[in-house]
Amino acid sequence: MTAVQEHVTEPIVPLRRPGRWVAGAVLAVLAAMAVSFVLTTPALRPDLVAGYLFEKSIMRGLLLTVELTALAMLAGLVLGTALAIMRLSENPLLRGVAAAYVWLFRGTPILVQLLFWFFLGAVMPRVSLGVPFGPEFFSAPVNALITPFTAAILGLGLNEAAYMAEIVRAGIGSVDRGQREAAEALGMRPALVYRRVILPQAARVIVPPTANETISMLKLTSLVLVIGLPDLLTSAQLIYGRNFQQIPLLIVASIWYLVLTTLLTFIQSRLERRLGRSDVQVGGHA
Amino acid sequence: MNGPDGHVNGPGESVNGPDERVNAQVPLLSATGVRKSFGRVEVLKGVDLTVYPGQVVCLLGPSGSGKSTFLRCVNHLERIDAGEIWVDGHLVGYRRAGGKKYEMRPREVADQRRDIGMVFQRFNLFPHRTALENVMEAPRHVLGQPRDAVRQAALDLLRRVGLAERADHYPAQLSGGQQQRVAIARALAMRPRLMLFDEPTSALDPELVGEVLDVMKDLAGAGMTMVVVTHEIGFAREAADHVVFMDDGTIVEAGRPTELIANPQHPRTKAFLAKVL
Repeated sequence: MTAVQEHVTEPIVPLRRPGRWVAGAVLAVLAAMAVSFVLTTPALRPDLVAGYLFEKSIMRGLLLTVELTALAMLAGLVLGTALAIMRLSENPLLRGVAAAYVWLFRGTPILVQLLFWFFLGAVMPRVSLGVPFGPEFFSAPVNALITPFTAAILGLGLNEAAYMAEIVRAGIGSVDRGQREAAEALGMRPALVYRRVILPQAARVIVPPTANETISMLKLTSLVLVIGLPDLLTSAQLIYGRNFQQIPLLIVASIWYLVLTTLLTFIQSRLERRLGRSDVQVGGHA
Repeated sequence: MNGPDGHVNGPGESVNGPDERVNAQVPLLSATGVRKSFGRVEVLKGVDLTVYPGQVVCLLGPSGSGKSTFLRCVNHLERIDAGEIWVDGHLVGYRRAGGKKYEMRPREVADQRRDIGMVFQRFNLFPHRTALENVMEAPRHVLGQPRDAVRQAALDLLRRVGLAERADHYPAQLSGGQQQRVAIARALAMRPRLMLFDEPTSALDPELVGEVLDVMKDLAGAGMTMVVVTHEIGFAREAADHVVFMDDGTIVEAGRPTELIANPQHPRTKAFLAKVL
Protein backbone atom coordinates (compact mmCIF):
# COMPACT_ATOMS: atom_id res chain seq x y z
CA MET A 1 0.00 0.00 0.00
CA THR A 2 2.69 2.47 0.94
CA ALA A 3 4.76 1.40 -2.10
CA VAL A 4 1.91 2.35 -4.46
CA GLN A 5 1.58 5.75 -2.85
CA GLU A 6 5.29 6.36 -3.37
CA HIS A 7 4.81 5.69 -7.11
CA VAL A 8 2.01 8.23 -7.23
CA THR A 9 4.26 11.07 -6.09
CA GLU A 10 7.22 10.24 -8.37
CA PRO A 11 8.07 13.23 -10.63
CA ILE A 12 7.41 13.06 -14.39
CA VAL A 13 10.40 13.68 -16.69
CA PRO A 14 9.45 15.13 -20.09
CA LEU A 15 10.82 13.39 -23.19
CA ARG A 16 14.36 14.59 -23.91
CA ARG A 17 15.05 15.76 -27.47
CA PRO A 18 18.85 15.79 -27.96
CA GLY A 19 18.41 15.91 -31.77
CA ARG A 20 17.13 19.46 -31.51
CA TRP A 21 20.24 20.61 -29.73
CA VAL A 22 22.49 18.98 -32.30
CA ALA A 23 20.52 20.48 -35.21
CA GLY A 24 20.52 23.88 -33.49
CA ALA A 25 24.28 23.78 -33.11
CA VAL A 26 24.81 22.84 -36.77
CA LEU A 27 22.51 25.66 -37.92
CA ALA A 28 24.30 28.16 -35.67
CA VAL A 29 27.65 27.24 -37.23
CA LEU A 30 26.20 27.54 -40.77
CA ALA A 31 24.67 30.92 -39.94
CA ALA A 32 27.97 32.17 -38.53
CA MET A 33 29.74 31.03 -41.72
CA ALA A 34 27.20 32.86 -43.87
CA VAL A 35 27.53 36.07 -41.88
CA SER A 36 31.31 35.86 -41.97
CA PHE A 37 31.19 35.28 -45.76
CA VAL A 38 29.05 38.39 -46.24
CA LEU A 39 31.25 40.50 -43.97
CA THR A 40 34.61 39.32 -45.33
CA THR A 41 33.80 39.27 -49.06
CA PRO A 42 34.48 42.70 -50.50
CA ALA A 43 33.16 41.58 -53.93
CA LEU A 44 29.62 41.67 -52.53
CA ARG A 45 30.11 45.44 -52.18
CA PRO A 46 27.69 46.24 -49.35
CA ASP A 47 28.48 49.89 -50.00
CA LEU A 48 27.10 49.57 -53.55
CA VAL A 49 24.04 47.65 -52.30
CA ALA A 50 23.28 50.41 -49.83
CA GLY A 51 24.00 53.10 -52.40
CA TYR A 52 21.74 51.68 -55.10
CA LEU A 53 18.93 50.53 -52.79
CA PHE A 54 17.09 53.85 -53.11
CA GLU A 55 18.56 54.91 -56.45
CA LYS A 56 16.10 56.77 -58.71
CA SER A 57 15.78 54.24 -61.55
CA ILE A 58 15.50 51.38 -59.04
CA MET A 59 12.66 53.28 -57.32
CA ARG A 60 10.91 53.84 -60.68
CA GLY A 61 11.31 50.13 -61.48
CA LEU A 62 9.93 49.18 -58.08
CA LEU A 63 6.89 51.40 -58.64
CA LEU A 64 6.28 49.89 -62.08
CA THR A 65 6.56 46.36 -60.67
CA VAL A 66 4.01 47.18 -57.97
CA GLU A 67 1.65 48.83 -60.48
CA LEU A 68 1.86 45.96 -62.96
CA THR A 69 1.34 43.35 -60.23
CA ALA A 70 -1.65 45.16 -58.73
CA LEU A 71 -3.39 45.88 -62.04
CA ALA A 72 -2.69 42.45 -63.56
CA MET A 73 -3.96 40.69 -60.42
CA LEU A 74 -7.04 42.90 -60.28
CA ALA A 75 -7.83 42.14 -63.92
CA GLY A 76 -7.10 38.47 -63.31
CA LEU A 77 -9.31 38.28 -60.24
CA VAL A 78 -12.32 40.05 -61.78
CA LEU A 79 -12.14 38.31 -65.14
CA GLY A 80 -11.22 35.00 -63.51
CA THR A 81 -14.28 35.14 -61.22
CA ALA A 82 -16.51 35.90 -64.20
CA LEU A 83 -14.95 32.98 -66.11
CA ALA A 84 -15.43 30.65 -63.13
CA ILE A 85 -19.12 31.56 -62.83
CA MET A 86 -19.50 31.09 -66.61
CA ARG A 87 -17.80 27.73 -66.36
CA LEU A 88 -20.33 26.62 -63.71
CA SER A 89 -23.33 28.08 -65.52
CA GLU A 90 -26.17 26.01 -66.96
CA ASN A 91 -25.68 27.73 -70.31
CA PRO A 92 -23.54 25.43 -72.53
CA LEU A 93 -22.33 28.39 -74.64
CA LEU A 94 -20.97 30.25 -71.60
CA ARG A 95 -19.36 27.04 -70.32
CA GLY A 96 -17.73 26.43 -73.68
CA VAL A 97 -16.41 29.98 -74.03
CA ALA A 98 -14.89 29.89 -70.53
CA ALA A 99 -13.30 26.49 -71.11
CA ALA A 100 -11.85 27.65 -74.45
CA TYR A 101 -10.45 30.80 -72.82
CA VAL A 102 -8.70 28.85 -70.09
CA TRP A 103 -7.39 26.34 -72.63
CA LEU A 104 -5.93 29.08 -74.85
CA PHE A 105 -4.41 31.36 -72.21
CA ARG A 106 -3.03 28.59 -70.01
CA GLY A 107 -1.79 26.69 -73.01
CA THR A 108 0.49 29.31 -74.59
CA PRO A 109 3.64 30.84 -73.05
CA ILE A 110 3.09 34.14 -71.30
CA LEU A 111 6.08 35.56 -73.15
CA VAL A 112 4.27 34.89 -76.44
CA GLN A 113 1.11 36.54 -75.12
CA LEU A 114 3.01 39.67 -74.03
CA LEU A 115 4.71 39.99 -77.41
CA PHE A 116 1.41 39.28 -79.21
CA TRP A 117 -0.35 42.22 -77.54
CA PHE A 118 2.67 44.41 -78.07
CA PHE A 119 2.86 43.64 -81.79
CA LEU A 120 -0.91 43.52 -82.32
CA GLY A 121 -0.66 46.65 -84.46
CA ALA A 122 1.38 44.71 -87.01
CA VAL A 123 -1.49 42.31 -87.81
CA MET A 124 -4.42 44.59 -86.97
CA PRO A 125 -3.45 48.19 -87.76
CA ARG A 126 -6.75 49.76 -86.72
CA VAL A 127 -9.58 48.89 -84.32
CA SER A 128 -13.04 50.27 -84.90
CA LEU A 129 -16.41 50.17 -83.23
CA GLY A 130 -19.45 49.79 -85.45
CA VAL A 131 -21.89 47.38 -87.05
CA PRO A 132 -20.06 44.25 -88.25
CA PHE A 133 -19.61 44.51 -92.01
CA GLY A 134 -21.48 47.84 -91.75
CA PRO A 135 -20.83 51.46 -90.81
CA GLU A 136 -18.17 52.45 -88.25
CA PHE A 137 -18.73 54.88 -85.39
CA PHE A 138 -15.21 54.99 -84.03
CA SER A 139 -11.83 53.97 -85.30
CA ALA A 140 -8.30 54.29 -83.96
CA PRO A 141 -4.85 52.94 -84.79
CA VAL A 142 -3.92 50.00 -82.55
CA ASN A 143 -0.42 51.33 -81.99
CA ALA A 144 -1.86 54.46 -80.37
CA LEU A 145 -4.12 52.43 -78.06
CA ILE A 146 -1.67 49.75 -77.04
CA THR A 147 1.31 51.31 -75.31
CA PRO A 148 3.93 48.99 -73.80
CA PHE A 149 2.18 49.49 -70.45
CA THR A 150 -1.28 48.49 -71.72
CA ALA A 151 0.28 45.56 -73.60
CA ALA A 152 1.88 44.45 -70.32
CA ILE A 153 -1.43 44.70 -68.42
CA LEU A 154 -3.27 42.84 -71.19
CA GLY A 155 -0.63 40.13 -71.40
CA LEU A 156 -0.21 39.57 -67.66
CA GLY A 157 -3.87 40.17 -66.72
CA LEU A 158 -5.51 38.01 -69.38
CA ASN A 159 -3.06 35.21 -68.67
CA GLU A 160 -3.64 35.47 -64.93
CA ALA A 161 -7.42 35.34 -65.46
CA ALA A 162 -7.10 31.83 -66.87
CA TYR A 163 -5.33 30.64 -63.71
CA MET A 164 -7.62 32.60 -61.37
CA ALA A 165 -10.65 31.10 -63.13
CA GLU A 166 -9.53 27.64 -62.04
CA ILE A 167 -8.77 28.81 -58.50
CA VAL A 168 -12.16 30.52 -58.12
CA ARG A 169 -13.93 27.54 -59.69
CA ALA A 170 -12.36 25.23 -57.11
CA GLY A 171 -13.36 27.69 -54.37
CA ILE A 172 -16.98 27.80 -55.49
CA GLY A 173 -16.99 24.04 -55.81
CA SER A 174 -15.88 23.72 -52.20
CA VAL A 175 -19.07 25.43 -50.92
CA ASP A 176 -21.68 22.92 -49.80
CA ARG A 177 -24.64 22.49 -52.18
CA GLY A 178 -27.03 23.02 -49.27
CA GLN A 179 -25.82 26.62 -48.97
CA ARG A 180 -27.14 27.50 -52.40
CA GLU A 181 -30.43 25.74 -51.67
CA ALA A 182 -30.86 27.52 -48.34
CA ALA A 183 -30.21 30.87 -50.01
CA GLU A 184 -32.62 30.07 -52.83
CA ALA A 185 -35.29 28.92 -50.39
CA LEU A 186 -35.10 32.34 -48.72
CA GLY A 187 -36.04 33.96 -52.02
CA MET A 188 -32.57 35.19 -53.00
CA ARG A 189 -32.09 35.87 -56.69
CA PRO A 190 -29.12 34.14 -58.38
CA ALA A 191 -26.79 37.18 -58.28
CA LEU A 192 -27.52 37.70 -54.58
CA VAL A 193 -26.90 34.01 -53.85
CA TYR A 194 -23.40 34.38 -55.32
CA ARG A 195 -22.64 37.73 -53.71
CA ARG A 196 -23.89 37.05 -50.19
CA VAL A 197 -23.55 33.29 -49.74
CA ILE A 198 -21.34 31.47 -52.26
CA LEU A 199 -18.44 33.87 -52.92
CA PRO A 200 -17.81 34.89 -49.27
CA GLN A 201 -17.45 31.21 -48.38
CA ALA A 202 -15.44 30.40 -51.47
CA ALA A 203 -13.08 33.25 -50.50
CA ARG A 204 -11.58 31.17 -47.72
CA VAL A 205 -10.44 28.56 -50.20
CA ILE A 206 -9.48 31.15 -52.82
CA VAL A 207 -7.23 33.39 -50.68
CA PRO A 208 -4.16 31.14 -50.14
CA PRO A 209 -3.64 30.21 -53.81
CA THR A 210 -4.41 33.81 -54.85
CA ALA A 211 -1.70 35.08 -52.52
CA ASN A 212 0.60 32.55 -54.18
CA GLU A 213 -0.38 33.87 -57.60
CA THR A 214 0.24 37.47 -56.50
CA ILE A 215 3.69 36.70 -55.16
CA SER A 216 4.48 34.77 -58.30
CA MET A 217 3.14 37.66 -60.44
CA LEU A 218 5.47 40.03 -58.62
CA LYS A 219 8.42 38.25 -60.17
CA LEU A 220 6.69 37.36 -63.42
CA THR A 221 6.35 41.08 -64.20
CA SER A 222 10.09 41.13 -64.97
CA LEU A 223 9.13 39.52 -68.31
CA VAL A 224 7.97 42.95 -69.50
CA LEU A 225 11.65 43.47 -70.27
CA VAL A 226 10.86 41.98 -73.71
CA ILE A 227 8.51 44.85 -74.55
CA GLY A 228 10.92 47.46 -73.24
CA LEU A 229 9.41 48.31 -69.87
CA PRO A 230 11.91 48.98 -67.06
CA ASP A 231 10.52 47.08 -64.06
CA LEU A 232 12.53 46.47 -60.87
CA LEU A 233 14.71 43.62 -62.13
CA THR A 234 15.19 45.22 -65.57
CA SER A 235 16.30 48.49 -63.93
CA ALA A 236 18.89 46.60 -61.91
CA GLN A 237 20.07 44.80 -65.04
CA LEU A 238 20.38 48.10 -66.92
CA ILE A 239 22.64 49.43 -64.18
CA TYR A 240 24.92 46.40 -63.99
CA GLY A 241 25.08 46.43 -67.77
CA ARG A 242 26.97 49.67 -67.37
CA ASN A 243 29.05 49.08 -64.23
CA PHE A 244 29.40 45.24 -64.29
CA GLN A 245 28.45 44.99 -60.59
CA GLN A 246 25.99 42.12 -61.19
CA ILE A 247 25.88 40.59 -57.70
CA PRO A 248 25.36 43.83 -55.69
CA LEU A 249 22.56 44.97 -58.00
CA LEU A 250 20.85 41.59 -58.01
CA ILE A 251 20.99 41.77 -54.21
CA VAL A 252 19.33 45.21 -54.38
CA ALA A 253 16.50 43.82 -56.52
CA SER A 254 16.15 40.75 -54.28
CA ILE A 255 15.89 42.90 -51.16
CA TRP A 256 12.94 44.76 -52.66
CA TYR A 257 11.25 41.55 -53.86
CA LEU A 258 11.62 40.16 -50.33
CA VAL A 259 10.17 43.34 -48.81
CA LEU A 260 7.13 43.15 -51.12
CA THR A 261 6.68 39.41 -50.52
CA THR A 262 6.84 39.93 -46.76
CA LEU A 263 4.17 42.62 -47.03
CA LEU A 264 1.94 40.36 -49.15
CA THR A 265 2.40 37.44 -46.77
CA PHE A 266 1.35 39.69 -43.90
CA ILE A 267 -1.79 40.77 -45.78
CA GLN A 268 -2.51 37.13 -46.62
CA SER A 269 -2.38 35.99 -43.00
CA ARG A 270 -4.57 38.93 -41.91
CA LEU A 271 -7.13 38.02 -44.58
CA GLU A 272 -7.07 34.35 -43.64
CA ARG A 273 -7.60 35.17 -39.99
CA ARG A 274 -10.49 37.47 -40.84
CA LEU A 275 -12.19 34.88 -43.06
CA GLY A 276 -11.60 32.15 -40.48
CA ARG A 277 -13.34 34.13 -37.73
CA SER A 278 -16.44 31.94 -37.81
CA ASP A 279 -14.40 28.84 -36.89
CA VAL A 280 -13.19 30.20 -33.58
CA GLN A 281 -14.68 28.31 -30.68
CA VAL A 282 -16.10 30.41 -27.89
CA GLY A 283 -13.97 30.01 -24.78
CA GLY A 284 -15.79 29.53 -21.50
CA HIS A 285 -19.24 28.99 -23.01
CA ALA A 286 -20.97 25.70 -22.65
CA MET B 1 -48.74 36.52 -39.98
CA ASN B 2 -46.79 34.17 -37.77
CA GLY B 3 -47.54 35.99 -34.56
CA PRO B 4 -49.49 34.04 -31.97
CA ASP B 5 -52.67 35.99 -32.63
CA GLY B 6 -52.15 36.75 -36.28
CA HIS B 7 -54.06 33.89 -37.78
CA VAL B 8 -57.64 32.82 -38.20
CA ASN B 9 -57.07 29.39 -36.77
CA GLY B 10 -56.09 29.57 -33.15
CA PRO B 11 -54.99 26.42 -31.39
CA GLY B 12 -58.41 26.07 -29.73
CA GLU B 13 -60.25 25.67 -33.01
CA SER B 14 -58.20 22.74 -34.19
CA VAL B 15 -59.85 20.57 -31.55
CA ASN B 16 -62.85 20.33 -33.84
CA GLY B 17 -60.67 18.66 -36.43
CA PRO B 18 -59.66 19.98 -39.80
CA ASP B 19 -62.76 19.11 -41.76
CA GLU B 20 -64.95 22.03 -40.71
CA ARG B 21 -62.19 24.46 -41.63
CA VAL B 22 -61.49 22.67 -44.88
CA ASN B 23 -64.84 23.44 -46.42
CA ALA B 24 -64.78 27.05 -45.36
CA GLN B 25 -61.50 28.00 -46.98
CA VAL B 26 -59.45 28.15 -50.10
CA PRO B 27 -56.42 25.82 -50.01
CA LEU B 28 -53.03 27.40 -49.37
CA LEU B 29 -51.22 24.55 -51.10
CA SER B 30 -52.77 22.48 -53.82
CA ALA B 31 -50.78 19.87 -55.73
CA THR B 32 -52.31 17.83 -58.53
CA GLY B 33 -50.78 14.90 -60.41
CA VAL B 34 -47.21 15.86 -59.58
CA ARG B 35 -44.66 13.70 -61.39
CA LYS B 36 -40.89 13.83 -61.20
CA SER B 37 -38.13 11.64 -62.58
CA PHE B 38 -34.41 11.62 -61.94
CA GLY B 39 -33.01 10.16 -65.14
CA ARG B 40 -35.01 7.00 -65.78
CA VAL B 41 -36.19 6.62 -62.19
CA GLU B 42 -39.62 8.06 -61.56
CA VAL B 43 -39.66 9.19 -57.92
CA LEU B 44 -43.08 10.90 -57.93
CA LYS B 45 -45.84 9.10 -59.78
CA GLY B 46 -48.74 11.50 -59.57
CA VAL B 47 -49.04 13.06 -56.11
CA ASP B 48 -52.14 15.02 -55.06
CA LEU B 49 -52.15 17.02 -51.85
CA THR B 50 -54.26 19.86 -50.51
CA VAL B 51 -53.28 21.90 -47.47
CA TYR B 52 -55.58 24.53 -45.97
CA PRO B 53 -54.42 27.61 -44.06
CA GLY B 54 -53.43 26.75 -40.50
CA GLN B 55 -53.15 23.03 -41.17
CA VAL B 56 -50.16 20.96 -40.13
CA VAL B 57 -49.60 18.08 -42.54
CA CYS B 58 -47.02 15.38 -41.88
CA LEU B 59 -45.61 13.28 -44.70
CA LEU B 60 -44.53 9.85 -43.49
CA GLY B 61 -43.01 6.99 -45.37
CA PRO B 62 -39.88 4.90 -45.90
CA SER B 63 -36.65 6.37 -47.29
CA GLY B 64 -36.84 6.82 -51.04
CA SER B 65 -40.63 7.08 -51.04
CA GLY B 66 -40.42 10.55 -52.63
CA LYS B 67 -41.64 12.62 -49.70
CA SER B 68 -38.58 14.89 -49.55
CA THR B 69 -38.57 15.28 -53.33
CA PHE B 70 -42.21 16.30 -53.23
CA LEU B 71 -41.50 18.87 -50.54
CA ARG B 72 -38.65 20.31 -52.63
CA CYS B 73 -40.99 20.57 -55.61
CA VAL B 74 -43.32 22.80 -53.59
CA ASN B 75 -40.81 25.65 -53.64
CA HIS B 76 -39.38 24.66 -57.00
CA LEU B 77 -36.00 23.49 -55.73
CA GLU B 78 -36.84 20.56 -58.02
CA ARG B 79 -38.54 21.05 -61.38
CA ILE B 80 -41.65 18.91 -61.86
CA ASP B 81 -42.22 16.92 -65.04
CA ALA B 82 -46.03 16.87 -64.97
CA GLY B 83 -48.95 18.11 -62.92
CA GLU B 84 -49.08 21.42 -61.14
CA ILE B 85 -48.56 22.97 -57.72
CA TRP B 86 -50.40 26.08 -56.53
CA VAL B 87 -49.29 27.97 -53.44
CA ASP B 88 -51.32 30.90 -52.21
CA GLY B 89 -52.94 31.46 -55.60
CA HIS B 90 -49.70 31.26 -57.59
CA LEU B 91 -48.69 28.47 -59.96
CA VAL B 92 -45.23 27.42 -58.72
CA GLY B 93 -42.46 27.88 -61.29
CA TYR B 94 -44.61 28.55 -64.35
CA ARG B 95 -46.65 31.32 -65.94
CA ARG B 96 -49.87 30.40 -67.76
CA ALA B 97 -50.60 32.18 -71.03
CA GLY B 98 -52.51 31.16 -74.15
CA GLY B 99 -53.16 27.61 -73.01
CA LYS B 100 -49.50 26.91 -72.19
CA LYS B 101 -47.27 27.00 -69.13
CA TYR B 102 -44.06 28.96 -69.58
CA GLU B 103 -41.11 28.19 -67.34
CA MET B 104 -40.17 31.18 -65.18
CA ARG B 105 -36.76 32.84 -65.04
CA PRO B 106 -34.65 31.97 -61.97
CA ARG B 107 -35.19 35.46 -60.52
CA GLU B 108 -38.98 35.12 -60.85
CA VAL B 109 -38.87 31.74 -59.11
CA ALA B 110 -36.78 33.39 -56.38
CA ASP B 111 -39.43 36.07 -55.87
CA GLN B 112 -42.12 33.36 -55.58
CA ARG B 113 -40.19 31.58 -52.84
CA ARG B 114 -40.30 34.57 -50.49
CA ASP B 115 -43.63 33.44 -49.03
CA ILE B 116 -42.50 29.85 -48.48
CA GLY B 117 -40.11 29.07 -45.64
CA MET B 118 -37.99 25.94 -45.68
CA VAL B 119 -36.06 24.10 -43.00
CA PHE B 120 -33.50 21.51 -44.08
CA GLN B 121 -32.32 18.24 -42.61
CA ARG B 122 -28.74 19.52 -42.40
CA PHE B 123 -29.73 23.04 -41.20
CA ASN B 124 -27.70 24.77 -43.95
CA LEU B 125 -27.05 27.85 -41.85
CA PHE B 126 -24.61 30.30 -43.43
CA PRO B 127 -21.40 29.38 -41.54
CA HIS B 128 -19.74 32.76 -42.16
CA ARG B 129 -22.50 34.68 -40.39
CA THR B 130 -23.61 34.72 -36.77
CA ALA B 131 -27.00 33.39 -35.66
CA LEU B 132 -28.39 36.92 -35.71
CA GLU B 133 -26.90 37.68 -39.13
CA ASN B 134 -28.37 34.44 -40.48
CA VAL B 135 -31.84 35.51 -39.39
CA MET B 136 -31.35 39.08 -40.67
CA GLU B 137 -29.94 38.07 -44.04
CA ALA B 138 -33.11 37.63 -46.12
CA PRO B 139 -35.22 40.54 -44.78
CA ARG B 140 -32.18 42.82 -45.19
CA HIS B 141 -30.97 41.74 -48.60
CA VAL B 142 -34.00 40.19 -50.29
CA LEU B 143 -36.63 42.63 -49.04
CA GLY B 144 -34.25 45.54 -48.38
CA GLN B 145 -35.89 46.40 -45.06
CA PRO B 146 -34.15 48.90 -42.73
CA ARG B 147 -31.39 47.46 -40.55
CA ASP B 148 -32.71 48.44 -37.14
CA ALA B 149 -36.21 47.05 -37.68
CA VAL B 150 -34.80 43.83 -39.12
CA ARG B 151 -32.39 43.47 -36.20
CA GLN B 152 -35.18 43.91 -33.68
CA ALA B 153 -37.43 41.42 -35.45
CA ALA B 154 -34.54 38.93 -35.70
CA LEU B 155 -33.79 39.22 -31.98
CA ASP B 156 -37.48 38.63 -31.25
CA LEU B 157 -37.42 35.51 -33.40
CA LEU B 158 -34.29 34.21 -31.70
CA ARG B 159 -35.97 34.80 -28.36
CA ARG B 160 -38.99 32.89 -29.62
CA VAL B 161 -36.82 29.84 -30.41
CA GLY B 162 -35.04 30.27 -27.07
CA LEU B 163 -31.68 31.45 -28.42
CA ALA B 164 -31.56 35.17 -27.69
CA GLU B 165 -28.33 34.78 -25.74
CA ARG B 166 -26.70 32.93 -28.66
CA ALA B 167 -27.32 35.75 -31.16
CA ASP B 168 -23.63 36.50 -31.71
CA HIS B 169 -22.48 32.90 -31.99
CA TYR B 170 -21.40 31.41 -35.29
CA PRO B 171 -23.12 28.17 -36.37
CA ALA B 172 -19.93 26.17 -35.63
CA GLN B 173 -20.28 27.29 -32.00
CA LEU B 174 -23.84 25.98 -31.66
CA SER B 175 -25.17 22.45 -31.08
CA GLY B 176 -27.19 20.77 -33.82
CA GLY B 177 -30.45 21.47 -32.05
CA GLN B 178 -29.55 25.13 -31.60
CA GLN B 179 -28.53 25.40 -35.26
CA GLN B 180 -31.85 23.96 -36.37
CA ARG B 181 -33.75 26.39 -34.15
CA VAL B 182 -31.79 29.28 -35.70
CA ALA B 183 -32.65 27.84 -39.13
CA ILE B 184 -36.35 27.91 -38.20
CA ALA B 185 -36.01 31.53 -37.04
CA ARG B 186 -34.22 32.36 -40.31
CA ALA B 187 -37.11 30.94 -42.35
CA LEU B 188 -39.71 32.73 -40.18
CA ALA B 189 -37.93 36.06 -40.70
CA MET B 190 -39.45 36.29 -44.18
CA ARG B 191 -42.95 36.03 -42.62
CA PRO B 192 -43.86 33.05 -44.81
CA ARG B 193 -47.43 31.88 -45.43
CA LEU B 194 -46.24 28.28 -45.58
CA MET B 195 -43.41 26.46 -43.82
CA LEU B 196 -41.78 23.34 -45.25
CA PHE B 197 -39.75 21.06 -42.98
CA ASP B 198 -37.53 18.45 -44.63
CA GLU B 199 -36.71 15.85 -41.94
CA PRO B 200 -35.76 18.62 -39.50
CA THR B 201 -34.65 16.27 -36.71
CA SER B 202 -33.02 13.43 -38.69
CA ALA B 203 -29.48 14.84 -38.39
CA LEU B 204 -29.73 15.49 -34.64
CA ASP B 205 -28.43 13.55 -31.67
CA PRO B 206 -31.41 11.92 -29.92
CA GLU B 207 -31.25 14.20 -26.88
CA LEU B 208 -31.53 17.31 -29.09
CA VAL B 209 -34.63 16.25 -31.05
CA GLY B 210 -37.06 17.41 -28.39
CA GLU B 211 -36.02 21.09 -28.37
CA VAL B 212 -36.58 21.38 -32.13
CA LEU B 213 -39.93 19.58 -32.02
CA ASP B 214 -41.03 21.89 -29.19
CA VAL B 215 -40.36 24.94 -31.36
CA MET B 216 -42.31 23.33 -34.19
CA LYS B 217 -45.22 22.54 -31.90
CA ASP B 218 -45.30 26.16 -30.72
CA LEU B 219 -45.37 27.26 -34.32
CA ALA B 220 -48.19 24.85 -35.15
CA GLY B 221 -50.10 26.08 -32.10
CA ALA B 222 -49.71 29.65 -33.31
CA GLY B 223 -51.53 28.78 -36.52
CA MET B 224 -48.66 28.42 -38.99
CA THR B 225 -49.42 26.29 -42.05
CA MET B 226 -46.80 23.55 -42.10
CA VAL B 227 -45.86 20.60 -44.28
CA VAL B 228 -43.45 18.35 -42.39
CA VAL B 229 -41.51 15.40 -43.76
CA THR B 230 -40.57 13.42 -40.66
CA HIS B 231 -39.86 10.09 -39.09
CA GLU B 232 -41.10 11.33 -35.71
CA ILE B 233 -44.40 9.48 -35.40
CA GLY B 234 -44.92 11.02 -31.97
CA PHE B 235 -44.78 14.51 -33.41
CA ALA B 236 -47.20 13.58 -36.19
CA ARG B 237 -49.64 12.13 -33.69
CA GLU B 238 -49.42 15.16 -31.41
CA ALA B 239 -49.15 18.14 -33.75
CA ALA B 240 -50.50 17.14 -37.15
CA ASP B 241 -54.05 17.75 -38.41
CA HIS B 242 -53.50 15.46 -41.33
CA VAL B 243 -51.05 12.66 -41.97
CA VAL B 244 -50.07 11.39 -45.40
CA PHE B 245 -48.30 8.10 -45.91
CA MET B 246 -46.18 7.86 -49.05
CA ASP B 247 -44.48 4.89 -50.61
CA ASP B 248 -42.81 4.41 -53.98
CA GLY B 249 -43.75 7.85 -55.30
CA THR B 250 -47.45 7.76 -54.51
CA ILE B 251 -49.72 8.60 -51.60
CA VAL B 252 -50.82 5.27 -50.20
CA GLU B 253 -53.05 6.46 -47.42
CA ALA B 254 -54.01 9.71 -45.69
CA GLY B 255 -56.16 10.76 -42.79
CA ARG B 256 -56.33 12.09 -39.26
CA PRO B 257 -53.21 11.18 -37.29
CA THR B 258 -55.02 9.28 -34.54
CA GLU B 259 -56.88 7.10 -37.05
CA LEU B 260 -54.08 6.53 -39.53
CA ILE B 261 -51.39 5.77 -36.97
CA ALA B 262 -53.56 3.67 -34.65
CA ASN B 263 -55.49 1.88 -37.34
CA PRO B 264 -53.72 1.85 -40.73
CA GLN B 265 -55.66 0.23 -43.56
CA HIS B 266 -53.10 -0.33 -46.27
CA PRO B 267 -50.62 -3.23 -45.82
CA ARG B 268 -47.64 -0.97 -46.73
CA THR B 269 -48.64 1.58 -44.07
CA LYS B 270 -49.03 -1.24 -41.57
CA ALA B 271 -45.60 -2.64 -42.43
CA PHE B 272 -43.95 0.78 -42.12
CA LEU B 273 -45.61 1.69 -38.83
CA ALA B 274 -44.82 -1.73 -37.38
CA LYS B 275 -41.14 -1.01 -38.02
CA VAL B 276 -40.95 2.53 -36.64
CA LEU B 277 -43.33 2.33 -33.67
